[in-house]
Amino acid sequence: MGMLSFLDREHTVAEPGFSRWLVPPAALCIHLCIGQAYAFSVFNLPMTRLIGITKSAPDDWKLTDLGWIFSIAIVVLGLSAAILGRWVEEGGPRRAMFTAGLCFGGGFLISAAGIYAHNLWIIYLGYGLVGGCGLGLGYISPVSTLIKWFPDRPGMATGMAIMGFGGAAFIASPLSVWLMAKFSTPTHVGVAETFIVLGIVYFCFMMVGAAIVRVPAPGWKPEGYTAPAVAQKLITRNDVYVYDAIKTPQFWLIWWVLCLNVTAGIGVLGQASAMSQEMFPGKVTAVAAAGFVGLLSLFNMAGRFIWASTSDVIGRKNTYFCFFAIGTVLYCLVPSTGSIGSVALFVLCFVVIMSMYGGGFATVPAYLKDMFGTRYVGAIHGWLITAWSAAGVFGPVLVNYIRQYQIDHGVPKAQAYNTTMYVMAGLLVIGFICNFMIKAVHDRFHMKGNENEGAASGMDAVAKPARA
Amino acid sequence: MQTANQDGSMKIKLILAWGFVGIPLIWGVLETLSNAMKLFQ
Repeated sequence: MGMLSFLDREHTVAEPGFSRWLVPPAALCIHLCIGQAYAFSVFNLPMTRLIGITKSAPDDWKLTDLGWIFSIAIVVLGLSAAILGRWVEEGGPRRAMFTAGLCFGGGFLISAAGIYAHNLWIIYLGYGLVGGCGLGLGYISPVSTLIKWFPDRPGMATGMAIMGFGGAAFIASPLSVWLMAKFSTPTHVGVAETFIVLGIVYFCFMMVGAAIVRVPAPGWKPEGYTAPAVAQKLITRNDVYVYDAIKTPQFWLIWWVLCLNVTAGIGVLGQASAMSQEMFPGKVTAVAAAGFVGLLSLFNMAGRFIWASTSDVIGRKNTYFCFFAIGTVLYCLVPSTGSIGSVALFVLCFVVIMSMYGGGFATVPAYLKDMFGTRYVGAIHGWLITAWSAAGVFGPVLVNYIRQYQIDHGVPKAQAYNTTMYVMAGLLVIGFICNFMIKAVHDRFHMKGNENEGAASGMDAVAKPARA
Repeated sequence: MQTANQDGSMKIKLILAWGFVGIPLIWGVLETLSNAMKLFQ
């Protein structure tokens, strides 16, 4: 494996004069690619008419079967981030980014083969399984590196990268539509060729990130930065080993904090278009509803950077208190906006809610760093991603089920979302309580002795954890 | 002299790196924003 030694952690240590501001664009190279997953639905309709071309033929794939591609990818994202988190942490960011690029780009190429062979299982394997591994590895690969480079502003640093994940669909969606238009002919939809181009482009883009990324030299700290002399109550100066971290109540409380925050947001995000049209019949057209969804995505992206940066000033716990308190009030307000017919107030409520949905994702790595230290924060973050996978299933099901239940019981469509909003507010109240219960991790979980000193100085030597 | 050269090359690297990720992102945001404006028309 000598040929690939440039991927080793020791070959990525920054030389004197390296600017830490090169690391966020390296992370963005990865997140701007893997966030394409949010835009995968643009392929769904074209893939239902690969044989029929203008309309679905009997042998064409069904939309329900195609929906599984995204679902598999998101589940594999969570699993691979959890299982491979420690490997990512110990192997270094370049190796993880390179592997993520291979998997994500390769996933597209395998899927293109699946289109040519018209075999959906190959696409489940390609984009779902292989691409999903790329998603999981890529998502967590830059997290701990950014935190180490920005000990003074960890929220802002990780917020920048995770903002890229939220913004990637803005690029992927129009790009994919444009490529499919370029490659389509009267006898061909052009999805396979689009997959090939995207696979190559994303691979190259991610390789740029892998080439740029560096880890700080041992003992490095930002100019003028001095670590607080006295440890703050909820910001540890110790490290917790990944498999010890998941045994702590703090990990599971943060898991629920993320899961509930995401559940409340993701269910609404998926229904935003239909909800706006049904709550304001005649006022919000289908075109305007599409604009509304776009606006929500923009605030989802912006919230990632703004809230995560704010958390550096007001603290992580207070930031989540804001999400849950403001979110509860806004969800309770939404039914009133429908009853008074105020589209502007409705939009205002949801753009703030979406900013906090994104903010929840972006603030959580820094929250983990505060609770468990920097050493295994990427791996611990990997385990936490399973909360996202759970919320991804739970949120939309909850919103759809409650809406359908209301309609089946004679509630007018315009009011069918009211109960959903109150349920979401209830979930946020539970999240508030979980966040309130988070206290500092007990000393017995802290790594002891030399391993901890090595981690604190950024050496990151691979060592077995010493238990108390 | 060498430090000045290093500073200069690092600035160029920073501009290139941020441009590489920033230009596509800004393009995507502007595209989405122009679509979002339909909500207010």
